[in-house]
Amino acid sequence: MIITFPHMGNTYIPAKAMLDDIGVKYIIPPFNNARSLEVGMKHAPEMACLPLKINLGNFIEAHKSGADTILIAGGYGPCRFGYYAQMHREILKDLGLYMEVITLESNGKSFKTLIESIKMINGRVNPYKILKILKNTSDVAFMVDELEKLTFKIRPREILKGSTDKIYKTFQKSVLNVEGSENIKKHIKRAREELLSVEIDNKFRPLRVGIVGEIYTSIDSFANHNIEAKLGHEGVEVSRQVTLSNWISDHIIKKALHINSGGRFKREAKPYLGAMIGGHTQETLGNTVIYAKEGFNGIIQIFPLACMPEIVSKSILPSIERDFNIPVLNIIIDEMTGEAGYITRVEAFVDLLARRKELDEIERDRLLSWN
Amino acid sequence: MGVRVGIPRGLFYYQLYPFLDVFFEEIGAEVVISDRTTRKTLDEGIRICVDEACLPVKIFYGHVMNLKNGVDFLLIPRLTSISKGEYICPKFGGLPDMIRNTVKGLPKLIDTEINLRDPRSNAFSAAFEMGKHITRNRSKIKKAYYKAFERYEEHKGQLKKGIMASDIIDRKRNIYVIKEKELLNIVLIGHPYNICDGYANMNIIKKIRNNGANIITHEMIDDEVINKNCNTLPKKIFWNFGRKAIGSIMSFAESNDIDGVIYLMAFGCGIDSFIGDLAERIIRRKSNIPFITLTIDEHSGEAGMDTRIEAFIDMLRWRRKYDNNFSTHG
Repeated sequence: MIITFPHMGNTYIPAKAMLDDIGVKYIIPPFNNARSLEVGMKHAPEMACLPLKINLGNFIEAHKSGADTILIAGGYGPCRFGYYAQMHREILKDLGLYMEVITLESNGKSFKTLIESIKMINGRVNPYKILKILKNTSDVAFMVDELEKLTFKIRPREILKGSTDKIYKTFQKSVLNVEGSENIKKHIKRAREELLSVEIDNKFRPLRVGIVGEIYTSIDSFANHNIEAKLGHEGVEVSRQVTLSNWISDHIIKKALHINSGGRFKREAKPYLGAMIGGHTQETLGNTVIYAKEGFNGIIQIFPLACMPEIVSKSILPSIERDFNIPVLNIIIDEMTGEAGYITRVEAFVDLLARRKELDEIERDRLLSWN
Repeated sequence: MGVRVGIPRGLFYYQLYPFLDVFFEEIGAEVVISDRTTRKTLDEGIRICVDEACLPVKIFYGHVMNLKNGVDFLLIPRLTSISKGEYICPKFGGLPDMIRNTVKGLPKLIDTEINLRDPRSNAFSAAFEMGKHITRNRSKIKKAYYKAFERYEEHKGQLKKGIMASDIIDRKRNIYVIKEKELLNIVLIGHPYNICDGYANMNIIKKIRNNGANIITHEMIDDEVINKNCNTLPKKIFWNFGRKAIGSIMSFAESNDIDGVIYLMAFGCGIDSFIGDLAERIIRRKSNIPFITLTIDEHSGEAGMDTRIEAFIDMLRWRRKYDNNFSTHG
């Protein structure tokens, strides 16, 4: 059995740590690229959402290198993501690629399904070992997210442009050669120290933009055309609350243990959205309100075309935009997205934010001189 | 004059018909249903709704615009789930919020959450919440609820007998079809709100019937059969419509009196994109029944639709004429 798993941003790092610790053979598919999208597009249903197509491409490419089992997270709706595993199974079957699909999911009732899946990977269940592996995996996920957040802060402030990207990209590639969660943790720490030693301009006050939206397209740098780095180079500090570590703790661990994951975003989203409707709608709306209250300059919402939950968010966002007087840019991504048009819009948005900030400052001075 | 309660003729209206109509009439409200979908409904919907939404949602916006000035209450329940352990599309759950945040000058909304996903939940409490806006008399609401439920079951029973829901809603029971030729049996799968709305689907039902075919929908299949088929799947389908569609497709694939399958899909519908694809795979794997997907959106030209339906049905007739000796690959 050789396991593979789909790419989503830095997911491969905690996944690698987990599989190393369990001690099974696995293949990490090539990083998301135009070819994996093209292969996926060819075989996936036309109107399926983008993540499904990219993931399918990952699996087909991994199959070429010899993988025969897929490890993927699941869910129980209403977002389409919950049915990805079954769709992949059927599509691959029709393509004549026989791959086993193991889903990591807990249906909110018991831990049983999750344990069953781990048993399928591991062959035996040692509860102590499993808990330890789960803990180490979520630790790694948490550390990777922290590292990413650090790049958001350093990138707009760096003096030698491109130094953050250089360190971060080297890290993303070199981590593939490190084995075991302990070593990966050390490797992350090393990258962190390197990042902290980058020379930065401490006086620079960057614009601040919050990124909200569907998890895959906001996390995965291939899907969103590296928006975080682009904004960083424009001198914008990015913030994103939806991260892999949050997703693991909210959707897999807390659900299985019956812990109510009541984040602040749920309270803030309440006036705009009465109930949980799946996907990341609550996160999108709640975090937009939080960002607005914290004085961010603008919000960018990213989602794949025809994403059901985010269409609801998009319909509601104009109200928040009005209530808090904060500009929101919606970016919808599909396989046809041309990068040039996309960059133009992001740049125009940043210019708009810069101008607004400038005006605000002038206004403030004027008020002071009058009073 | 009682309190006027407006029900937009779209989305859940077809799914819950005639429960809401009867329920509100029984508790003493005057029920106003929006007019049938027209070009104007759609245009108004497109103007207000976000571009990415699917056709039925845009039409729903149009119906809200049609109603909003003439009623005291607008009924847009938050339908999270209408069956145990299952969901509907997320847009249904967020519908009242979508409407509230985009349409100006709305009357008071009745946006009770209907969530029957949890086995402990109870449909009556949701009905009581809805009825509270009209009357405080609990026993009256209870009586209305049971009557509405009875009528709803009766309606479902009629569907199981093979009558199309749209025939009942549009009162076209005395429809006749050309009987010169042998009738074909065509399965039409699609969301009830796409199949029942004659404007949205460009009168597909009439077109199929005029070409000399019977229509069979997933609503005519018994729930037991559907559930039995769906239990054989490796993963449970958690959408109410998805389960019904796949369960019935699996039984159609095994029966030998079906001539063709038409899947009516709305552009941008998330559930259709998966279920339609699965349905096609099931049909192709298990049988040699022809399968076609027709996609509707606000730009569809009617001529294109006509051509496709006619060509499909012609092809079905040839197949029947040459019986089973006609190979699928020419």
